[in-house]
Amino acid sequence: MSDQDSPKDSGISRRKFLKISAITTSAPLVLGPTVLEVEGQEVHVFGPGKVPIALNVNGKRLTANLEPRFTLLDALREKFEVTGPKRVCDRGTCGACTVLLDNKLVYACSVLAIEAQGKQIVTTDGLAPQGQLHPVSAAFVDNDAQQCGFCTPGFVMATKAFVDKHPNATPDEIARGLGGNFCRCGTYAGIKGAVAQLSGQQQKGGA
Amino acid sequence: MAENTYQWPDASKRKLIGKRMNRVDGPVKASGRAKYTYDLVRPNMLYGDSVKCPYAHARVKSIDTSAAEKMPGVKAVHVIHGPDDGAKGEVFWAGTDIVAVAAVDEPTARDAVRAIKVEYEQLPHLVLNDKEPNLAEAEKSELYKVASKETVGDPNSAFQQSEVTHEGYYGSPVITHCCLETHGSVAEWPDKDHLFLHISTQNVPGIGEQVAKAIDMPASNVHVHQDHVGGGFGSKLGLDPWGVAAAQLSKKAGGVPVKMMLNRATELETAGCRPSAYARVKVGAKKDGTLLAWESYAWGSGGPGAPGSLAIPYVWKVPNQQKQYVGVVNHIGPSRAWRAPNHPQMCVITMGALDDLAAKLGMDTFDFVKKNIDLLDPRSKIYSEELDVANDLMQWKARWHPRGDSDTLGIPMEAISLQIGDNQYPPDSASGGSSTIGGVSSATFRAATDAKRQLIAKVAPALNAQPADLEVADGRVRVASDASRSLSWKEACSKLGAQTLTVRGTNPGEGDLTNSGVGGVQMADVSVDTETGIVKINKMVAVQDCGLVISPKQAESQVLGAMIMGVSYALYEEKVMDQTTGTMLNTNMDNYRLAGIGDVGELVVRLMTGPGYDERGVIGIGEPPTVSPGAAISNAVANAIGVRVPFLPLTPDRVLEALEKAQGEGGRA
Repeated sequence: MSDQDSPKDSGISRRKFLKISAITTSAPLVLGPTVLEVEGQEVHVFGPGKVPIALNVNGKRLTANLEPRFTLLDALREKFEVTGPKRVCDRGTCGACTVLLDNKLVYACSVLAIEAQGKQIVTTDGLAPQGQLHPVSAAFVDNDAQQCGFCTPGFVMATKAFVDKHPNATPDEIARGLGGNFCRCGTYAGIKGAVAQLSGQQQKGGA
Repeated sequence: MAENTYQWPDASKRKLIGKRMNRVDGPVKASGRAKYTYDLVRPNMLYGDSVKCPYAHARVKSIDTSAAEKMPGVKAVHVIHGPDDGAKGEVFWAGTDIVAVAAVDEPTARDAVRAIKVEYEQLPHLVLNDKEPNLAEAEKSELYKVASKETVGDPNSAFQQSEVTHEGYYGSPVITHCCLETHGSVAEWPDKDHLFLHISTQNVPGIGEQVAKAIDMPASNVHVHQDHVGGGFGSKLGLDPWGVAAAQLSKKAGGVPVKMMLNRATELETAGCRPSAYARVKVGAKKDGTLLAWESYAWGSGGPGAPGSLAIPYVWKVPNQQKQYVGVVNHIGPSRAWRAPNHPQMCVITMGALDDLAAKLGMDTFDFVKKNIDLLDPRSKIYSEELDVANDLMQWKARWHPRGDSDTLGIPMEAISLQIGDNQYPPDSASGGSSTIGGVSSATFRAATDAKRQLIAKVAPALNAQPADLEVADGRVRVASDASRSLSWKEACSKLGAQTLTVRGTNPGEGDLTNSGVGGVQMADVSVDTETGIVKINKMVAVQDCGLVISPKQAESQVLGAMIMGVSYALYEEKVMDQTTGTMLNTNMDNYRLAGIGDVGELVVRLMTGPGYDERGVIGIGEPPTVSPGAAISNAVANAIGVRVPFLPLTPDRVLEALEKAQGEGGRA
């Protein structure tokens, strides 16, 4: 994650947010975002009740009514049953919920569902069609880079983005680039093997 | 050639045993499609949460759930630990579940938890346990239990005969399991008498009966299901209060599914707790390195339960010993089995003391172990062979230097150390105690052998032969003396007609297929930055015996995983407690740090296989390789900086403190 740009935020600074919340607390409970003008710019305000949201997940449009406080991770898992991303630390430390958001790696536990609207979301479940394995997943299997498997989907996403960017990674680059994911069973040797296998494939023009 | 007994095939006849194969459940896990308990979304499912006691030791005086019960979206409230439960509502650790709620979604359940009022009476607590207990006080206090005293041989005269003695402190704190899938379950009642339970457990065969007992229903009415478990490491063998609470909430809510998974903070605070173990140790030897005497005063915490004891010196049959152990009853949390229970802690104490003794003798620890190898009976030969293999893999003899030799402040210093480990476990029915491969592979092998015998008996007439003359090979059933008389597997099975063969294998059972008790040697090579106190692992070597290896790729993964978990507990892991509030301070994964991919260095594994090892049958390997890494890394650090850092984890502050102390004493120990 470390060499990724941070995803676009909602465009609301903390100072502006405080001003807006002062306005919305007196607003009636409504569905859908309220559009306010703050310092000359239009800002969408969601909630406080449930709001309709639409997400583009693995090429499918999914909709639900959710409280704005739902994270992207909880929306994916509990509302849409996309359970490749796992909830482990729930605070942006362990990487088990790693997904691609408009082709940038993010921790889904640290993005609100409402903020992921209008963006392409890709999870491990969506890397390859049912019954097929994406080359990164296959490299994990070949190198026994999963034991209990709970960190694996997040690691697969992190590895995919990492290998795309660093086709011939050095050990130091692997340590930094994959340092945002934790495994408890200790599968790091297998993951290093998977990265090496994928690098070899890329040199040969595969993957 | 019909077999009359169950025997693993000879090396020349093995087809799949010992071959490098991919894990069967690899694809479903690596594609993100494996469904764990945490992943389930059942129709009309509710979400459970609970009020937790904020105090380490308290009594529940009163509970008011009225506001929560009136909240929209709240479907059930269940008191787990009321004023009349247990010893008059007494609570023995912070994080104890008091009241559970079920609501339409997680945010609503959290809101309901906040609306419940619980009154507590706070009681005195003790959560620290790294200070040596005063024995006179210990014998008077209810918090300290003098659990064992033992004398072997004649320690007094053995210490008098010792030309070199060493005394020091060694130990490991309480750490937690930190399973990535937290503990929890999804419970539902298809009808009023039957419970359907998805639960994250290592004990699918046994957990149903435990639930049934807890809620007073017939065990046969509990259906337990689990496809995958996201880590257990010993912490998911028994039943927990929240497992029962989910079932009770579901019943109160009319049987709809209730999902109740612990949050990360509660998982770390209450769902895993490896007991601590500390000791003051004195050891004595002759000048030539002959180990003569051991004396230890050890203590540790097993939480609120009855204290156990420590089998130290670990593995070594030191001829003269004087030992005492004090168990500390405290409020740090309920202890659970942790991957080779107590073995890593015992190894850290024993090998730390012996390594320091070797240093004082001016001996290479490798030579010290070889000199005393007979004290490692009955596995002296295995250890000796493994030491030589490990020496080759680590280039020990070329790299070893006397303690602190390359010692210049501010420059990372490298050092190496070695370690031995051992493990012995009885068979078990759950996936714990390193029993899975022994239990599963042997039972499967017996079943397959029985099925083959029955098939041969059925098809013998078709080949005009006696069953005893047939063999199964290369996908065909054939006459052993005349391979031209054969049937394909499919043809043979078609002779069975509509009646399929159903056989079930058992373990334990007939035939000597499994064994227990293994030996392993590990070596570590580290760098220590003496300005920052940061320890870096350069390389570790594990040479491990585990009898007949069924699936080498996965066996190696187990050893690698154990070494990595070892780096974690040696360098980072500790349940940090605050005596003032009685609570755990690092209840998140930022501050309960696990080793990352850049922290583990180069890892080399060699499994001892072949003649002399295979004949012992299948032995579990989940636990043994976790025993040694802590001691190996601690010894390597001592070798690098010239002084012992007494207690794990070897955090920068502890490393710097040990260095400062040594300098204050005017030199290196």
